[in-house]
Amino acid sequence: MLFTEGIKLALQQIRAQKLKSFFAVIGVVIGVMFLMTVVTVIEGMNRYMEEDFARTIYGLNTITLSRWPEVQINTSAEQWREWVRRPRLTFEDADAIREQLDVPALVAVESGGGGRVAAEDGTEIENVWLTTASADYFRIRELKIARGRAFTAPEDRIGAPVVILGHEAAQKLFGDRDPLGRIVKIAGHRFRVIGVLEKQGTLFGMSLDNRAIAPSRSMLARVTAPHGVVDDILIRVHDPKDMQRALMEVEAIMRVRHRLRPDQPNDFALDTADDSMAFWTRISRILYLAFPTLVGIALVVGGMVIMNIMLVSVMERTREIGMRKAIGARRRDIIVQVLVESATLSGFGALIGIGIGIALAKIVDAVSPLPASVSPVWIVVSIVLGAGVGIVAGLYPASRAAKLDPVVALRYE
Amino acid sequence: MIAQQVIRTVGLTKEYVLGSEIVRALRGVDLLVERNEYVAIMGPSGSGKSTLMNLIGCLDTPTSGEYWLNGKLVSELSDDELARIRNKEIGFVFQTFNLLPRATALHNVELPLIYAGVPAKERRERAAHALERVGLAQRMDHKPSELSGGQRQRVAIARALINNPAILLADEPTGNLDSKTSEEIMELFGELHADGQTIILVTHENDIAAHAHRVVTLRDGLIESDVVRGAAVV
Repeated sequence: MLFTEGIKLALQQIRAQKLKSFFAVIGVVIGVMFLMTVVTVIEGMNRYMEEDFARTIYGLNTITLSRWPEVQINTSAEQWREWVRRPRLTFEDADAIREQLDVPALVAVESGGGGRVAAEDGTEIENVWLTTASADYFRIRELKIARGRAFTAPEDRIGAPVVILGHEAAQKLFGDRDPLGRIVKIAGHRFRVIGVLEKQGTLFGMSLDNRAIAPSRSMLARVTAPHGVVDDILIRVHDPKDMQRALMEVEAIMRVRHRLRPDQPNDFALDTADDSMAFWTRISRILYLAFPTLVGIALVVGGMVIMNIMLVSVMERTREIGMRKAIGARRRDIIVQVLVESATLSGFGALIGIGIGIALAKIVDAVSPLPASVSPVWIVVSIVLGAGVGIVAGLYPASRAAKLDPVVALRYE
Repeated sequence: MIAQQVIRTVGLTKEYVLGSEIVRALRGVDLLVERNEYVAIMGPSGSGKSTLMNLIGCLDTPTSGEYWLNGKLVSELSDDELARIRNKEIGFVFQTFNLLPRATALHNVELPLIYAGVPAKERRERAAHALERVGLAQRMDHKPSELSGGQRQRVAIARALINNPAILLADEPTGNLDSKTSEEIMELFGELHADGQTIILVTHENDIAAHAHRVVTLRDGLIESDVVRGAAVV
């Protein structure tokens, strides 16, 4: 009863002195707003990295064997020179891995490039992501076929002139017409459309649906990997527990094939989704360490402002407190009243902060590819934190108020 | 007939330390007030009348001596127990009203019941009844700033009466009122007394004290005189 009474009183106070109350809680507002924004952005980044980025670039349980790492950070010119001197990967490398690998796994080659694709009626699209790959590529990349079918291993071996189009490419080339069985021209060669992929969405704002995939030994390979070589060899293990073993085996096979002496470093790169995740995990750990410190500072400052406001408020109401004691308020009644008022004030600030935080997260969501959704857990955390700051900040003023001698307080001018 | 004795003090003393000096505000006060008495406590400033009022009102504890309120020894109770006694047994009326400025008259009168833990519905009913009793049935939803001085003091009196206290303790209740309003308030006190209320009135004004049926005068921390209806007792 005293509790609801206290909240009512505090809300009255806030309403009566809107501006003063707002300035009293501005520290809490900023702290909570910061918390909400940063947490949602980091969580969004996390989800993005885990669900989209890592999976799209590397795929689940997949080792990517290539000449140099897919994701490069601060590469020196010297490093680049070493990379381009490395031997290229070949179909034979892929065959050797497929034969010699003990770990059960799918192996596929993949090469990529960009170019134009034209329909027979002259409709042409540009900047299409062109891929030549072996048949298992679809299973390794988990590419689902929406219509038609993928090409088969025999079709791949003979380099059949067939193509699978991305959702967007098919849409742009054929509109509402059925693309299956139609002919497209890529780099002067004719391919028959046998399938259309399911819609994939975007990565960093780039469409993943404007693409065409043809067998690795088809004529399209002249565009993607002109020297009879391949860009990447993908190895997808069936059991995630085999990843480490598969990595070691592939490394050993490749070192033998490239005749590397034990003292020579690898002249190829092995990447997994975990590698890119490890990099991201390091960044997010730093953020998670740095931001509570900043939020903490904002909340401590906010708490001190509230404590000051409450001290002034207690002093201004000395006579009222004296009167309350005279008519029967016990010490704990006064303490509860001050704490509830302080917590309400601070919780009110937390609500404003949550509102602004959500708005900022929505803006981030709208203008960047990061999915910055606000999780309810953090709203609860913010409210609890806000009210907690109020309670801690209210302790000293509350004890000062409770200790007032009613005789003195009633005479206070 | 202990129950008839609302107030009984035995050798009540109160000393303060003021700097290096010890001020002996009360030096042994023996006072007996029976149910439904109407007592005025008078005396010049420094006579100890405020100190006595604070002790009677359980706002303070004596240095020595006993204080029995309504048959209960209260001079040795803890702070929280005293708060409870103040809540149940004493109705304060202050010179400056001491109302909550942003609360309605009804809410102001409810306040002691909140501390007594009375449920909201019963609180409102009893507060409304108390306001009717002081003639403010039409002003329940007004805030103190929307009421005249006399009306504010009536709200304060309603608040003091809400828990049916053993004593109504009024400290200069007309000190902030003009003489006409003062008369109205004193009339209300007279009515309450006629209804059986025990009233202790602390004042330095003779014409206000004249409303009481008994006048206790203090001087230098002792009772100088105790007069009932014009006839000296002590």
